[in-house]
Amino acid sequence: MSIRIERRLSQPRWLSVAVPVCSLVVAFLLIAIVLLATGHDPLETYKDLFEAAFTAEGALSQTLVGATPLLFTGLAAAAAFRMNLFNIGGEGQLYFGAIGSSAAGLLLAGQSAPVLIAAMMIAGIATGAAWALIPGFLRAYLSTNEIITSLMLNYVAGLFLTYLIFDSSSYWRDTTSPSAAVFPVGKELPDAASWPTFGSSIVVPFGFLVGIVAAIGLWALYSRTRFGFEVQVMSDSPRAARYSGMRTRRKILAVMGLSGGLAGLGGASQVGDFLHTLDADPNGLRAYGYGYTGIVVAALARYNPFAVVLVAFLIGGLQNAGISLQGPDFPSGLVGVMQGMILFTTLGGELFVRYRVRIGRSHRGARPAEAAAEATR
Amino acid sequence: MNDSILVLVVASGVAYGTPLLYAALGELLAERSGVLNLGVEGMMLVGAVMGFWGVQRIGGQGGMVLFLAVMAAALAGAAVALLFAFLVITLRANQIVSGLTLTIFAGAAGLSSYLGNDLGLADAPATHQFEPVDAFGLADFPVLGPILFEQTWLVYASWVLVAATALYLTRTRPGLNVRAVGESPQTADAVGISVTAYRYAHVVAGGALAGIGGACFSLALTPSWVDGLTGGAGWIAIALVIFAFWRPELCLVGAYFFGAFQALPFILQARGVTIAPELFQALPYVMTVVVLVIVSSGIAKRRLGAPGALGVPFVREER
Repeated sequence: MSIRIERRLSQPRWLSVAVPVCSLVVAFLLIAIVLLATGHDPLETYKDLFEAAFTAEGALSQTLVGATPLLFTGLAAAAAFRMNLFNIGGEGQLYFGAIGSSAAGLLLAGQSAPVLIAAMMIAGIATGAAWALIPGFLRAYLSTNEIITSLMLNYVAGLFLTYLIFDSSSYWRDTTSPSAAVFPVGKELPDAASWPTFGSSIVVPFGFLVGIVAAIGLWALYSRTRFGFEVQVMSDSPRAARYSGMRTRRKILAVMGLSGGLAGLGGASQVGDFLHTLDADPNGLRAYGYGYTGIVVAALARYNPFAVVLVAFLIGGLQNAGISLQGPDFPSGLVGVMQGMILFTTLGGELFVRYRVRIGRSHRGARPAEAAAEATR
Repeated sequence: MNDSILVLVVASGVAYGTPLLYAALGELLAERSGVLNLGVEGMMLVGAVMGFWGVQRIGGQGGMVLFLAVMAAALAGAAVALLFAFLVITLRANQIVSGLTLTIFAGAAGLSSYLGNDLGLADAPATHQFEPVDAFGLADFPVLGPILFEQTWLVYASWVLVAATALYLTRTRPGLNVRAVGESPQTADAVGISVTAYRYAHVVAGGALAGIGGACFSLALTPSWVDGLTGGAGWIAIALVIFAFWRPELCLVGAYFFGAFQALPFILQARGVTIAPELFQALPYVMTVVVLVIVSSGIAKRRLGAPGALGVPFVREER
């Protein structure tokens, strides 16, 4: 008797639905055990969470507020991870998007709303992409691992943001209003720079709609264009891509720029939709780790742009519930534990999609062709 | 002379660098076995909260309580590292995503906060803490006294650990084996070294050390518990391993260097010098990027670079 794990020759369709569902169930069971062990009623807690996220008065509007940044950072991660480019710098690229878009909003004060909004979006994309091109360039031309460089640059970006508002008299800082004398804040953007919202019972931020458009665009780019095809080949087999004459370096720059641009657009949406100023408060923009959670969102969505929209909505709901339930009866930190546990079980569940577990005697024979092909990569 | 700013900066560099040193040594062990664990911050926070729980809830004589608290921190760090190890080694999950998830799961808005709240540790005053120990009565020795001989037991223990790790990796059979596993798991497997066992052992040991690193905060530097107590030290520890070219003895130097950058803004502020603190705080990250660029170029890569199989899952059937 032995337990063997072997690669599946084909992945049955039902598995790619059944496994995530089972993973989710297992995650909720495991969290229920944690809750029980620490003296909380799991069913009651889950019910509260669900209500606060989706069914309570105004809950859906708040959930969309939480989902909007995750949609952008999730798409940013999905765009890069698809090509095996591990851009984990979404956090810093989002900050730079906020810096660029707020500069555009302040500079163009007095212009009409459409001009301002368009300028903010473009500036956000450009600054986010520029920040992502640093690790992109290092990876493409000096073959420096982009994982660590993009991660390190997150902290540089965060400190730069703090510097702009707290420790310098930068263009972004408000030095005139009386409240700014007490606590450093950024300049307020003109009213016309506030992005519109749609709907009344469920308020949909403009940024969320932009994100959905971006998701469609990303899907089209990756599955309907030559660019997307080449990216796919490079991710599956870098060698084959090089031999067939694809321009690997340019593609790395393009994908990193695309990823950073999406995260930067998320920063622009934070400024335009919600903050209306460059926010450097440690409990503000920098507190939620949107960039990192975006990677979780992308992984849960298996890097599919449409699934990112759905997962961003669900995780946004979870975060929103965590914020609105904050209090003595609700275990703090539960939201992080749940996010982590759900992703753990999902990542673990992937094994059962890609491999089969055999219990019993292994039968000797020719190695399956596909496993052999895998090995010669 | 012992009040001079330079002595002060180096001495606090040692104090602030110690948690980085523990965590970096742990990460170094994991990375040398070929596993990149980006969950250091999460493991440190869980260690910090359980270490603080230890001093608050374990009864007995001061020194013993502190020792047990450090053990509790190490166990907690090891426990969450085991979860990560199971995912990336047995279930072959993506190491980067799993590591980031570990930080979200265990970090400032996750398990550490949950435990801190449920165990009622937030805002509780510390009952025991590590105090500086005057070693050999040399604390007043010019210049070196405050730097080397007026530190806590955690600092002295970390020096032993650095030496032990360096010897382990270069002079012992298991140490050489783990390097083989990190450089070329296929080769190691072919000569009969269990890649899985080595990776499990070193990831879990790394978690234990990260836990102790977290405890340096809650038991010595800032004896208390608040959410996110370690304030990003786990990320600096990851940077430090690269900055030190994956070598324990260089980790020691780097940790104090980075520690000094953490402490410098406060020291300067106390002396009325106003330089934007972000400048110093950003330097470790920028320098790590520079070092990474250097080690990814030709010659340096072979002599100083990352373990060959870092971040690559080992699947025996698919070589």
